[in-house]
Amino acid sequence: MTALLETRGVWQRFGGLVANSDVSISVGRGEIVGLIGPNGAGKSTLFNLIAGVLPPTQGSILFDGEDVTNMPAAARCQRGVGRTFQVVKSFETMTVIDNVIVGALVRNTVMREARRKAREVLEFTGLAARADVLASDLVPAEKRRLEVARALATEPKLLLLDEVLTGLTPTEAQTGVALVRKVRDAGITVLMVEHVMEIVMPLVDRAIVLDLGKVLVEGKPAEVVRDPKVIKAYLGDRHAVGA
Amino acid sequence: MDKEFAARRRRDLIIAAVLAGIAALTPLFVKDVVVQNILILTLMYAGLSQSWNILSGYCGQISLGHALYFGLGAYTTELLFTKFGVLPWFGMLAGGVVSALIAMGLGYPFFRLRGHYFVIATIVIAEIGLLLFHNWDWAGAAMGITIPIRGDSWLKFQFLRTKLPYFYFALALCCLAWFVTWWLEDSKWGFWWRAVKDNPDAAESLGVDVFNSKMGAAAVSAFLVAVGGSFYAQFVSYIDPESVMGFQFSLLMALPAVLGGIGTLWGPVLGAAILIPLTELTRFKFGGSGRGVDLIVYGTLIVLISLALPRGLLSLFARPKKTGAAR
Repeated sequence: MTALLETRGVWQRFGGLVANSDVSISVGRGEIVGLIGPNGAGKSTLFNLIAGVLPPTQGSILFDGEDVTNMPAAARCQRGVGRTFQVVKSFETMTVIDNVIVGALVRNTVMREARRKAREVLEFTGLAARADVLASDLVPAEKRRLEVARALATEPKLLLLDEVLTGLTPTEAQTGVALVRKVRDAGITVLMVEHVMEIVMPLVDRAIVLDLGKVLVEGKPAEVVRDPKVIKAYLGDRHAVGA
Repeated sequence: MDKEFAARRRRDLIIAAVLAGIAALTPLFVKDVVVQNILILTLMYAGLSQSWNILSGYCGQISLGHALYFGLGAYTTELLFTKFGVLPWFGMLAGGVVSALIAMGLGYPFFRLRGHYFVIATIVIAEIGLLLFHNWDWAGAAMGITIPIRGDSWLKFQFLRTKLPYFYFALALCCLAWFVTWWLEDSKWGFWWRAVKDNPDAAESLGVDVFNSKMGAAAVSAFLVAVGGSFYAQFVSYIDPESVMGFQFSLLMALPAVLGGIGTLWGPVLGAAILIPLTELTRFKFGGSGRGVDLIVYGTLIVLISLALPRGLLSLFARPKKTGAAR
């Protein structure tokens, strides 16, 4: 079976800055893949290229066997790419359920069905009790959850999570981890960008480490964390010697 | 809960029907022509502001150039009538279509602009329209167009002896604009518009066609405003560029919505019900010498509202934890 998502030799330049150089990765169906790397490694850029915020300078992106390199974000969403934002982008003047309905409208044209779907997703993500609250009144952890709920309402095949677990308390992060597992168990492939190694590593099936815009290492989390190249890129030379 | 939501939608509809019913009966008690005039204008501006609210309130694309569509409605109707003998009823539709098309044509380049740049563009475009009509000889240029009066006629929608038909038309327009808003509020378009207003990037990522959302809102909004312009032309039976396309119309469409509650179902009606009588009464009271007093009055009102209640008068009644839309 072909991979659900594949990038082939993707480059992204911003003026003189090379954010991604020759990145080729693939994500298989049903996987949870972690995209990690130190600050400035090009994770967010790659993430945005996959989500369709902008087309890559060079290279191609395939989703579900289709070339989506130049397809705008909205069209990719219809094909089955859902995403969250690192800096949450809730619809602040709308209630929680209305936020989710916007996502649900992608696959449900009848309002009643979109509303039912939104309810279902709110149950799934544990936000049901907050359905009628304005998004602006949510606490940060709930806003993260709403990002996920909104994306899930579009019924994606691939869910892109941009640092949804960063900046949460340990308990909040653990419920977040449980939610990601639940999402995968529902048959949705997950690609997540994350900083917090000790939370991500037990969660993902495979980790892709980016450094300076390139793929540094790729493999099982247990192997990746022991790889000297990764430790060097992430923590500096001192720790690499120790390993 | 969803039942609660459906009940609130029904309640809104019932309140609107009751209010419309009451409004329809007022001419039985109000015989004074001056007061009738104020009522007509209030209803008209309520309808216009409601239409403006679709693009600027729901979809968040603040326009201060809607006078253009108002004027286009008026001019299309009267040019068709005086030059080709087309009945105003058809002229009204034609004006609406022309305005909607022009709104989309303008939207094509200008919806790429965000925030203040978009607002500035709308002002400039409306001023250009005004100048074009000032210099367009075939359309009467600065002299304008006088609508030939041939006595009371429903066919030609002109009445000398009574204002009642105008009153009921204005009421119908107001109801139509309200109903369209009510209907769209719980539709894909309504949700798309609010999403686009709140966060276009997030909207895009959820499959919302941001550009076409704006185009749709602009078309509906311009169409309804143009119908209002056609009506106004018939009502005053004389138009010139300044009297149907002047900047004050853009303001008078925006202010009631801002006063009552921008992006809400009831805001424009509430705002117009307060603002327009106030404007007309001060104008009436101070006569020719007082031109500008009305502006001072509502300028002050707007400043007070934006300082004390930035979400409009309706926010006084809002139950933020319970309500669905911001109302």
